[in-house]
Amino acid sequence: MTSDSDGDQTPRLELHGITKIYPSVIANEDVSLSVKRGEIHAVLGENGAGKSTLMKMIYGVAKPDAGEMKWEGGVVQVENPAHARSLGIGMVFQHFSLFETLNVVENVALALPGNPDLKQLAEQITEVSNRYGLPVDPGRLVHALSVGERQRVEIIRCLLQNPKLLIMDEPTSVLTPQAVRKLFDTLRQLADEGCSILYISHKLDEIQELCHVATVLRDGKVTGDCIPSEETPKSMASLMIGKELPVPEHSVPSELGEVRLQLKRLSKASDDPFGTDLQDIELEVRSGEILGIAGVSGNGQQELLYALSGEIPVGDAQAILISGTPSGRDSPDQRRSNGMGFVPEERLGRGAVPRMSLTENALLTAHRAGMLKRGMIQFDKISAFASKCIENFNVKCGGAEHAANSLSGGNLQKFIMGREILLIPKLLVVAQPTWGVDVGAAAFIRQELIDLRNEGTAILVISEELEELFEISDRIAVIADGRISPAKKLADTSIDEIGVWMSGMWDQAAPVEVAAHD
Amino acid sequence: MIRLERRPEASQVMSYASPLIAIVLMLIGGLLLFAFLGKNPLEGFKVFFINPISDLYGISELLLKATPLMLIAVGLAVGFRANVWNIGAEGQLIVGGVAASAVALYFYDSEGVHILILMVIAGAIGGMLWATIPAFLKTRFNTNEILVSLMLVYVAQLLVSWLVHGPMMDPDGFNFPQSRMFEDPALLPLLSEENRLNFAFVMAIGALLVGYIFMYRSFVGFQMQVAGYAKDAARYAGFSAKKMIWIGLLSGGGMAGLAGMSEVAGPMGQLTEHVSNNYGFAAIIVAFVARLNPVGIFFASLLMALLYLGGEQAQQYLALPSSISNVFQGMLLMFLLGSDVFINYRIRWKEATA
Repeated sequence: MTSDSDGDQTPRLELHGITKIYPSVIANEDVSLSVKRGEIHAVLGENGAGKSTLMKMIYGVAKPDAGEMKWEGGVVQVENPAHARSLGIGMVFQHFSLFETLNVVENVALALPGNPDLKQLAEQITEVSNRYGLPVDPGRLVHALSVGERQRVEIIRCLLQNPKLLIMDEPTSVLTPQAVRKLFDTLRQLADEGCSILYISHKLDEIQELCHVATVLRDGKVTGDCIPSEETPKSMASLMIGKELPVPEHSVPSELGEVRLQLKRLSKASDDPFGTDLQDIELEVRSGEILGIAGVSGNGQQELLYALSGEIPVGDAQAILISGTPSGRDSPDQRRSNGMGFVPEERLGRGAVPRMSLTENALLTAHRAGMLKRGMIQFDKISAFASKCIENFNVKCGGAEHAANSLSGGNLQKFIMGREILLIPKLLVVAQPTWGVDVGAAAFIRQELIDLRNEGTAILVISEELEELFEISDRIAVIADGRISPAKKLADTSIDEIGVWMSGMWDQAAPVEVAAHD
Repeated sequence: MIRLERRPEASQVMSYASPLIAIVLMLIGGLLLFAFLGKNPLEGFKVFFINPISDLYGISELLLKATPLMLIAVGLAVGFRANVWNIGAEGQLIVGGVAASAVALYFYDSEGVHILILMVIAGAIGGMLWATIPAFLKTRFNTNEILVSLMLVYVAQLLVSWLVHGPMMDPDGFNFPQSRMFEDPALLPLLSEENRLNFAFVMAIGALLVGYIFMYRSFVGFQMQVAGYAKDAARYAGFSAKKMIWIGLLSGGGMAGLAGMSEVAGPMGQLTEHVSNNYGFAAIIVAFVARLNPVGIFFASLLMALLYLGGEQAQQYLALPSSISNVFQGMLLMFLLGSDVFINYRIRWKEATA
């Protein structure tokens, strides 16, 4: 954006020995990095490696406990985000900060200093959006925008302030593969104009494709700097996790058994005014297979999961058949008695009670496995069950008596997954099995799912990570705008096709291998 | 500069220390209050906290006053653990007392153990009926049980007032607003001839034991605790939220009704407008000071009873108004809520510059 071409080689941003200590954890320790002008600089690391904390300090949301930050050669202390913006630092957050009931211009105006003229601002927005290929209608209400469009609004909001450094926090986690390509084009154009970009991600392929330089973080420390185009995903992964990436073995699908879950014309209006209504969902999952459902978040996954688990029953009992039993109106309890297991996306507070011990959390759903006697809890049995779960599923914790909220996200997920698997469900519904889980634990969890399927359980996995679905599914379908696509065998489809489907275009595009990219 | 900082994990130690800190602060506050009112603080302390329990009779009175508090608090704690906020125990106590009195007056002039047994049942059912109203409205129309149960207290007070001025008034009582004095078959047996402590104390201890087993050993108790800690987890596991609301409100109502029965069939021996001594509200403080734990409720009830007795003594010997008891109760709750902040937060002393 700024094109003072005096050939000044001073780095735009330099960090020296940045350290940030939170009460329970050292988030960053002695982190140094340097970003040149016009450089797309990746900050690579697993969840919890300290990437977001580092960005928050650059943007003035948090303050470092030690270390020095230099902006265009001069030492600065960023007091708050407004200060950061006045320096020329913009940030697009992982979770958007837009008001759903306001339109695009109003949202942008809120972030600008003073009281801008809305008409003029709308023109500016259109101008910027044309220039960078970020189509957005300034007059539309935000709640009517897709996730990709919302992200564009956030980016435009930053660009209007002519940033010299743009921070992007996991920007692609909510985008279809096609939208990712468009975003990359925009980012490259920005960089060519001299804007520096800090690109935070844990996705190796993206970083290889986009970034000039990468700084790798592990456990809050820098484990290395590299030039992504000269590395292999394997070598970057080993920098990131400290060992090689395990790959689950996906044996050939076993013979399919009976239908364990069947949805017939399942429709349900969402309780949330900004939610997605489910329309005529049809699918079936058989014993011995994993059906994966892909989709960009907010396309009805939540609503579908609530309907499947029974937390929000549907009116029509016949719309959901569990092992042939009409279950649409059944409570979660009745569905579980019918052989269903369920792992929700939120682990703390839904899949587990944060303040309760692992033993008590095992009781949450395992109580029907002979843990009760005349309404009284058999503590010896439940504690044996919890210990078995901890042992078999490799849960790292202080012991079964420790509270669920003392565990890391990945270990708690292993525990919840273990609890549901040990109950030997006939049907298991899993949401985001490895969200926020470190790479090692993710591979373990995927392997457990495949093993369970080999033993004859019917498994439905809803995930936003396409790579994951392609790794474990036997068949794959897409949810978009509350409707569901036909399921395809893994061998008969491709990431590209599923990507196109994710925008809801399976009806028209069926026979043609559309050229949506390039 | 002082700053509150969130603890990474809620402090177990602080969760138990907090009631003790609150008690100490209440005592200090009391001493200051006495000094401020021109009394000798130490003398005031002695009159308020030592004199009431300086002999056996005093201790029996302490247990007598603690009895309804234990009954109500344990019943409320069952609901509070599931975030079911029954604030109307006072009204449920009154209705329970009315129902028990109706039985006593119906069987006036007759003999038999069945009278007392029926009074116990009537008291509990009366309290439960009053709690049915907020429970039904909450489960059916999602009304706020705090408001409904609280407002029903005033309805219950007017109800008992009307009854003792009308249908249940003592025909030979010179128009005093009170019922006949109950006869022996309608009075709870005394535990000793020396004092007024009666069988209700045994019931209260029994209720604490049953409450303990229910809360910590039964699956329903576990379900209620889950609902209190994490509503979404309870729904995920398929626990019925309506069931929790019913159990929570009915247990509180039933135990409050029983407390009402123990008052009319105990120290009062008749129904009057003043059937409750604010026990229904004081028991809420008891339940919280006790961390909703039956063992804690036993001790917290004794403390609260002492505040009642101390208030009476202060009225008599220090010429202070009777509301002094309420001031102490209020201080206790306020200091408790204040120190509870430190369960989840801690103080950081921040240097001037970073």
